[in-house]
Amino acid sequence: MNKTWIIAQREFSTRVKKKTFLLTTILLPLIIFFFYGMIIYFSVKGSDNYKVAIVDNANVFKGNLPGKNGEIIFEFTKEDTAVLNNKSEKKQIDGYLIVPVDYNLQNNQPLEFRSNKSVGIVTRDNIQKRINKELEEKRFVSQNISKEKFDSLRKETQIEYRGLDGNVEKQSKAGLSYAVGFISGFLIYIILFIYGTMVMRGVMEEKVSRIAEVIISSVKPFQLMMGKIFGIGAVGLLQFIIWATLITLLQVLIPLLVPGVAEQMQSQAMQPGMQGAQMANSGGAMTEILKNLNLINWPLILGSFIFYFLGGYLLYSSLFAAVGSAVNEDPQDAQSLVLPITMPIIFAIVIMMKAVNDPNSNLAVFGSLFPLTSPIVMMARIAHGVPEGVPLWQLLLSGVLLITGFMATTWVAAKIYRTGILLYGKKITWKEMSKWAFRKS
Amino acid sequence: MNVLEVHNLKKYYATQKAVDDVSFSLAPGSIFGLLGPNGAGKTTLIRMITGIFFPDEGQIQLNGKKFDPLNDILQIGYMPEERGLYKKMKIGEQAVYLSQLKGLSKSVATERVKEWFVKFEMQSWWNKKVEDLSKGMGQKLQFVTTVLHQPKLIILDEPFSGLDPVNTNLIKDEIYKLAQNGASIIFSTHRMEQVEEICDHIILMNKGRKILDGTVKEVKQQFKENLYSIGFEKLPIIPETNTSFEIIGRKENSLILKINEGYGPKDVLQFFLQQQQNILSFQEILPSLNDIFIKLVEGTPLARQFEKITA
Repeated sequence: MNKTWIIAQREFSTRVKKKTFLLTTILLPLIIFFFYGMIIYFSVKGSDNYKVAIVDNANVFKGNLPGKNGEIIFEFTKEDTAVLNNKSEKKQIDGYLIVPVDYNLQNNQPLEFRSNKSVGIVTRDNIQKRINKELEEKRFVSQNISKEKFDSLRKETQIEYRGLDGNVEKQSKAGLSYAVGFISGFLIYIILFIYGTMVMRGVMEEKVSRIAEVIISSVKPFQLMMGKIFGIGAVGLLQFIIWATLITLLQVLIPLLVPGVAEQMQSQAMQPGMQGAQMANSGGAMTEILKNLNLINWPLILGSFIFYFLGGYLLYSSLFAAVGSAVNEDPQDAQSLVLPITMPIIFAIVIMMKAVNDPNSNLAVFGSLFPLTSPIVMMARIAHGVPEGVPLWQLLLSGVLLITGFMATTWVAAKIYRTGILLYGKKITWKEMSKWAFRKS
Repeated sequence: MNVLEVHNLKKYYATQKAVDDVSFSLAPGSIFGLLGPNGAGKTTLIRMITGIFFPDEGQIQLNGKKFDPLNDILQIGYMPEERGLYKKMKIGEQAVYLSQLKGLSKSVATERVKEWFVKFEMQSWWNKKVEDLSKGMGQKLQFVTTVLHQPKLIILDEPFSGLDPVNTNLIKDEIYKLAQNGASIIFSTHRMEQVEEICDHIILMNKGRKILDGTVKEVKQQFKENLYSIGFEKLPIIPETNTSFEIIGRKENSLILKINEGYGPKDVLQFFLQQQQNILSFQEILPSLNDIFIKLVEGTPLARQFEKITA
């Protein structure tokens, strides 16, 4: 065990001391935040105004058509097409809309929009909606229905989603749960890939540089493999701690550094882990979600995140190590050997996407219990809470299965590793590897 | 008591008998040559002795006790034929790390690495990376890492490949010193002149079996062909009637003779002395290990063939 520790230390320190580690660990969040800041900046600033001239020959709009805030400005004009064409060429206006003299509110003729450049799909939609809304109102007015009456007729009825006990809270956090589950499942998915392949590459390096034989004459292959896995796992953990700290820090700092962004940030109320919530819900639902932030059981989420992160990592990294040990000089071989390992990971992310929506479906239950997929899928269910998303017994069972699972894969992988690491010059197939795994030592 | 005793060791692979019933023993302080053509099973044998492989059958005893790979590994220093070091790691750190894995504490390891680096004039290398080293330099580093933990049994697989004569002598001297201090050394190579020079005792393996075992002197005696070289002031005319020897070759003023069975050098000398010849030299010609090696291995196919093993 002591030697495993020495090996883990080396794996850890050589990786952490590398320049690329510093670069990816510190620069990556900065870059993400730079883009994030840019997005906010532009959304605050808004896009350039789109100027539309309206030639209202039938006087439908009565010279009054408020544009869409910061996006479209409507101007009324009496100028003829030649002048307007000229203006359009000179970019004084972006285009013009012609309402024909015989336009009638009731018979809904098409209106003509002319521009010297093609109109973007979003802008088209905005113009169409704005014009239609205005025309709709005019039509109601022409039928002697006042604007107030029209608004009251159009009222939407809210549906309140509650639990069986009539409790609102359980249901109202659904959007947030979705986001939290999705993000943590996705993070584990990425971790498995990044650090799994890192383990595989490390093993390949040792084999190709032939140092494996030197080391294996001093330590057991199992110790070497576990040392590598623990060392790289620690790198991963450290990297995530740094990222989490940086992200939290930057979120505090950005509003201070860029004052213009501050209001926007406040209105969007960014909190750690909330980016996903934005995806799920927009606008008004946001404040609701904010209120629900404290409804999520953060210690449970964090605790199980770390458990499933470690469990999943240990389970898969030993498999990746086994594949690495079987590969010869040619890294191309690794690709075909690694496919059977990446398949269940991808399968897991697919189940996870279903499970965030429906945490109690049969597929989600299966996926969250099966050790090869549970690290990813269970996170999606846990986000919905215990016992709403996942009954306690399933959570415990999944944990036990995961621990058994990684002990089993480590055991199998160690046997493959022991043979593979010293075998050169032969292309190895899965069939052969399974023979190594299950023969008696 | 022998440092190492190997009894009837066997290791069969699916298509080959890599090591087939090999036994030998190794006295303390001796330098032992393990010879054999490519694919003779040397590496497999060494891997079993270093605990990397488990033997299918047979026993290994270290210092009179059954070999326990987990604990006895610390008494063994192994330098494999294929050199391996972490390319990106600094040399000093790497040497310390490898001896830590052998069970030395960090401070002791650092101290010893420094000592050895001074001995081999490698002090300035400490912060260099392995990828900056030449092959010979890497070799020296590998040798240092092999002997740092003062093993009782040192196994060197082709330790001189890639070294220039100066560095070869440097390492050779260290090998002698280590042997004098009581370490036993197994030295695996195909370079026969080195074996002749360094080794006390050799075994020769071919196709997984031990085909020769003994001290260098014994082996040479065993394979001698009763050849003698005799030098004259002037080449004599030899009557065809002598029965004690045959002439195999001539070289300037000397003859190479093969003494016939039942006769000895005395008879040859007598013969020439009776002829009143001025004999300048008389010497037995012993076969070189190279000759013996080729003679024994010749006739077997150059490469081992794959075969079906039922064991």
